[in-house]
Amino acid sequence: MTDDPGRRAEAEKRGGARRRTVSAFAQAGAGFLSEAWDRLGAGRTVAVIRGPETGLVMVRGRAGGGGAPFNLGEASVTRASVRLDGETVGHAMVLGRDGERARLAAAFDALWQVEAARGAVEREVVAAVEAAIASADRDRRAETEATKVDFFTMMRGED
Amino acid sequence: MPANRPIDLSSRAVEGGFANPVFDAQAVFAAVLQAISRPGTVADCGSRAAPPAPLSPAQGAILLALADAETGLFVEAADAALEAWLGFQTGARLTEAAGAEIAVAGRFDRSALGRFPLGTLAYPDRSATLIVEVPSFNAGPPLRLSGPGVRGSAEIRPAGLGEGFVAARRANRALAPCGLDLLLTCGSRVLALPRSTLVEEA
Amino acid sequence: MYVAVKGGEAAIANAHRLLADRRRGDRSVPALTLSQIAGQLALAVDRVMAEGSLYDPELAAMAVRQSRGDLIEAIFLIRAYRTTLPRFAATRPIDTAAMVIERRISATYKDVPGGQVLGPTFDYTHRLIEPEMAEDAPVAAPARRDPPEDAGHAPRVTDILGDEALIEADGEGKGAEPADLTRTPLAFPASRDLRLQALARGDEGFLLGLGYSTQRGFGRTHPFVGEIRIGEVEVEVDLPEFGFPVVIGRVRVTECQMVSQFTGSKAVAPKFSRGYGLVFGQLERKAMAMSLVDRALRADAFDEERRAPAQDEEFVLAHCDNVQATGFVEHLKLPHYVDFQAELELLRKMRKAAGATDETVSGSKGDVEVVQ
Repeated sequence: MTDDPGRRAEAEKRGGARRRTVSAFAQAGAGFLSEAWDRLGAGRTVAVIRGPETGLVMVRGRAGGGGAPFNLGEASVTRASVRLDGETVGHAMVLGRDGERARLAAAFDALWQVEAARGAVEREVVAAVEAAIASADRDRRAETEATKVDFFTMMRGED
Repeated sequence: MPANRPIDLSSRAVEGGFANPVFDAQAVFAAVLQAISRPGTVADCGSRAAPPAPLSPAQGAILLALADAETGLFVEAADAALEAWLGFQTGARLTEAAGAEIAVAGRFDRSALGRFPLGTLAYPDRSATLIVEVPSFNAGPPLRLSGPGVRGSAEIRPAGLGEGFVAARRANRALAPCGLDLLLTCGSRVLALPRSTLVEEA
Repeated sequence: MYVAVKGGEAAIANAHRLLADRRRGDRSVPALTLSQIAGQLALAVDRVMAEGSLYDPELAAMAVRQSRGDLIEAIFLIRAYRTTLPRFAATRPIDTAAMVIERRISATYKDVPGGQVLGPTFDYTHRLIEPEMAEDAPVAAPARRDPPEDAGHAPRVTDILGDEALIEADGEGKGAEPADLTRTPLAFPASRDLRLQALARGDEGFLLGLGYSTQRGFGRTHPFVGEIRIGEVEVEVDLPEFGFPVVIGRVRVTECQMVSQFTGSKAVAPKFSRGYGLVFGQLERKAMAMSLVDRALRADAFDEERRAPAQDEEFVLAHCDNVQATGFVEHLKLPHYVDFQAELELLRKMRKAAGATDETVSGSKGDVEVVQ
């Protein structure tokens, strides 16, 4: 794993728009993806090339928060690779052990690569997932914000 | 883990892997184990892998069976297509020769002893296993094998090992318990010459 | 000496069946669901994930149920499960500065940028049992307040102090592949990355006791909580099939920055030093204890004499894993009949040689009953 900021930026740039969409598919619920596939992927064939298989990733932290990396502990993940309509290959890795969720995320990665389908996938899946995450985060922030301490200083004695 | 290079994602990367990952990996592992246990005997990895060039079917199968995301892998003359194939199929990323645990090299000679990890006295297992493709297992000059796993002595005739092979084996043996282990491949077949095997001109 | 003993097969099978029965308990009471455990015993689940060293709330909830709430047994189950899975990759280091914050406090700076938010804390409760919680009394929805635009993106406190060079920096962190005790056996001296891994999965009680010992003077460092933050961070992985990093989800973590005195040395001016704690889940006590012990173990870096148990790397790292500890302690209850018989024989011989009377020797035969 590279820890070089230049390399990192380069790899992120290489991912481009697909980096964003793959991340959105990975964070969507299985029910949502399944329902969206019925709408957007109907009639297409999805052949599984690999998986879905469950394994681990080693999650790393940094000493002090920003120093040298260390191994914090593992997380369960499930990955899948599919071929859409005998052509486009899509991949996915998701946290957890839900194989169907990984398979659907990979199918959407492939579907997004099909020019004709891209617009609808971005609107109805990617944007929807991002909006749902943002909304959940907003709720949590509002609830957390209500526990913010508003300090006021008390003066003691004579001034 | 080695540095992260751009990987050309192509359809080729997802093809040519094990059809039945568990059973294929077990079969290839068993073949390699048999070959290493009985140096000089030939084991067949079958047509389980169809790797991109320059890997032979046996080399591809062995890497699929033995390598994973934590393996230091070196392949001489590897290109982006091979890197993508290995990346998808095994999770391994290519590393430089000095960091290799498994290395596919053009030949085994004295320079290999300076390029690849030889292990340490405390951890002699932290050495590289070299995999070298040869054109034939029976058209070369005769070599006599002896040592652990060989009853008395055995003779092999691999072709294309090059000048200085026997001298390099001698130098490798002098490093004991350190040193490189060697797998010779030919098409789908494999023959092992672990570091403990004494190789002499017959 | 180990000698195989046969027998007891039916007893074991029936014991496990009895265990299953007792675990289920009164059949007229509904069985616990995993979502009840993950949702309502969330901190027990978090502890199982942290010390099991595997982030998977549903699986940890299963382990808690299967172990009847014995958390070390649940941690053992999780550790055993993880050995059955291949490791696909290592993630990029998580960025705690980009955390979606659920709690964040500082004991050193009242007006820390981003503010102090208490979140769902036990602090300031009266620790009185609430009888109404015996039933499923209605619970009010949380209060809400519109956060400022930049809410949730609070800089780490230690970064703020660091700008003035009053506190040690995070140090160099480029390039090196961190040590991994799940792959290579522990060896001493250990690097800090290895120590942090061991502490992150170490037993909360053991680390709490050690941390406490440093406060009581056994390796004193006079610590302050620079910051504690709890919340979710994104997990990002470089995968060969993509060729670029992708976010695969989020995990909740607790981070503690413990700030302590450092009087300086010939080479370094006086400044604050730091201990670091980072754990899966909402585990504030564990993160705090970890940061105290991390700091204590860095004694050499500050020219401190290692005198206290918390400063002794081998003592701490070799004993902080509760699965290892429980395995070795609990194995004592397994049959040692032959072992013990040999010791008994030896003891008899020694007593005879020492000239003990027959009467006292025969008295020792009563010991045999202990073996039964």
